[in-house]
Amino acid sequence: MDLLEHQGKAYFARFAIPVSTGGVATNVTDAVAAAEQAGYPAVVKAQVHVGGRGKAGGVRLAADRVEAEAAATAILGMSIKGHVVQAVLVERATDIAEEYYASFTLDRAAKLHLGMLSAEGGIDIEQVALDTPDAIARLHVDPVDGLSRELCQAWVRRAGLAPQAVAGTVDLLLALYRCFVEGDGDLVEVNPLVLTTGGRVLALDAKVTLDDNAAFRHPEWQEYEGTQELDERERLARQKGLQYIGLDGSVGIIANGAGLAMSTLDVVNQAGGRPANFLDIGGGASAAVMANALEVINTDENVRAIFVNVFGGITRGEEVANGIVEAMGRVELASPLVVRLDGTNAAEGRAILARHESDRLVSRATMLDAARTAVELAGGGKE
Amino acid sequence: MAIFVDETTKVVVQGLTGSQGRFYGLRNRDYGTKVVAGTNPRKAGTDVEGIPVFATVAEAAAATGATASCVFIPAPGVFGAVLEAAEGGMELIVVITEGVPAQDEARLYNLLVRDFPGTRLLGPNCPGIITPDRCNIGITAGEIALGGGPVGIVSRSGTLTYQALYELQQAGIGVTTCVGIGGDPVPGTSFIDCLAAFEADSETAAVMLIGEIGGSAEEEAADYIKEMMSKPVVAYVAGLTAPPGRRMGHAGAIVSGSKGTAKAKIDALRAAGAQVAANPTEAGFLMAAVVGGL
Repeated sequence: MDLLEHQGKAYFARFAIPVSTGGVATNVTDAVAAAEQAGYPAVVKAQVHVGGRGKAGGVRLAADRVEAEAAATAILGMSIKGHVVQAVLVERATDIAEEYYASFTLDRAAKLHLGMLSAEGGIDIEQVALDTPDAIARLHVDPVDGLSRELCQAWVRRAGLAPQAVAGTVDLLLALYRCFVEGDGDLVEVNPLVLTTGGRVLALDAKVTLDDNAAFRHPEWQEYEGTQELDERERLARQKGLQYIGLDGSVGIIANGAGLAMSTLDVVNQAGGRPANFLDIGGGASAAVMANALEVINTDENVRAIFVNVFGGITRGEEVANGIVEAMGRVELASPLVVRLDGTNAAEGRAILARHESDRLVSRATMLDAARTAVELAGGGKE
Repeated sequence: MAIFVDETTKVVVQGLTGSQGRFYGLRNRDYGTKVVAGTNPRKAGTDVEGIPVFATVAEAAAATGATASCVFIPAPGVFGAVLEAAEGGMELIVVITEGVPAQDEARLYNLLVRDFPGTRLLGPNCPGIITPDRCNIGITAGEIALGGGPVGIVSRSGTLTYQALYELQQAGIGVTTCVGIGGDPVPGTSFIDCLAAFEADSETAAVMLIGEIGGSAEEEAADYIKEMMSKPVVAYVAGLTAPPGRRMGHAGAIVSGSKGTAKAKIDALRAAGAQVAANPTEAGFLMAAVVGGL
């Protein structure tokens, strides 16, 4: 789960990480009030779940009330990489002496925590990483040992920050590491981490991705649920406990298992079609789960055909087939169904499907055949 | 031979008294696996259809000689359950549970490496391991697996593992051992661990590797294949057309940078000399040709 900047800063503050503060507003009137409260010059920042807002015009300075109103008017409702701005964060502009970059994430290859710190923050850090990899001081931390103050001090010295920033940065990074570990972050990132002209070190931005698997020990995360950007289909699927991601094609996909669902997208593309979604119904494939899945796909107006790709393991083929037939009775489908059923007792399952075969229900023996049929029924391949 | 498990492997099921543990534990026993014990501190002294339940893994091991455990404990309890199994002397710990926090996995992995170097962790979030006709630990449907070799399977994805087993069964090709390593960010056992074991296994003559987008495990496997493997490898990588940067259900399947895309993985595997299929069915065909030419 990705947090918005203001949520990320509030999360940082729980771990005593110094952050710039301000007010969140969802309309121009409140944004101006927040600017008046913060004082001028103020900065008005779009709150979106995507990077690159600065370049897109989503961050503006305001010297007075009139400019604050203009900035909020321009930013609220604007679209940044397809994300419509619903809220702005208004802060007093910070007098910046130096801009750095800092983050913690998991290095999956090394199976260790990875800290990255650079004296060249505030700009596109990915470009820095490409052009001058040495400008980023990396530190692997053993998750069992954790980050000691001594290790952190040596790391910060290695990064070549301004001398007056070192002590504050060490403290901030130790707190940021705690936020990463105890706060169950997949990623905690500060860009820029700034040294103010007054000599303070603080986080001017916050990018936090939380590990959804750790939600059971973080009841406080519930407040973020409402601000996750999901389209209607995704919201409905989540309510029904399904793993769904909306895409923009015309072939609806239902598969059991994430790997098989990904593989299904691949074969639909290979057959010249475009998937409308990713939907993993999990290991089993009961009538109830199938009906839920069909209901979610049915709400997608772009769907012209639905490809059901199920591999029967312990859930046998005849159970899966009966589930599909039963689910079709429960949901009035707008599109025909193409079913590929394989695995344990596939023959028995296919025999059941054959008895119900119609122009609304077609059964195919292989993934590729089923994909071709579904693409055909969806109106052919891409131009 | 086969790798990691065979007909002598004695298994303790942690969470045998829960619905999942009971269902799969009994299925595993019906398959012929030596499921000799279960654990539940509140139900020690009872039994599940004749399988004795002990308070701890250590007690179960002392009484039964179990050397492998299978974990069906809910995610919040997995960290403690794996430590208990390692302290109880288990050589293999298979964690089926999904939804384990990445921070727990990272700590567990490094803790085992340091304090229990003789213990192999498989998973979390994996379907388990099956040496057909001899031992099945986990949730794989035994009936889709044909035994006898000469193919070893290692896979990051559950249903695609079953698909691979089934494709080979349909082609009349036997499997030595099929290992589902799981798709989580920090799997206890890696592709490379399995490739090395298959390379050393006299019964295995070829290996099927099934990967998916996210992380760099397939790229690392490709390096290993290039440098160390003499046996042929057929691979399939799911997610060629997955939208970049979006989660696909497996915590591990997050595309990052140029590494991690299906294309980068396929290119790396091809460059290492592996044959890479466009879909699981083709992987079965490619493997049939490889086995036919052995």
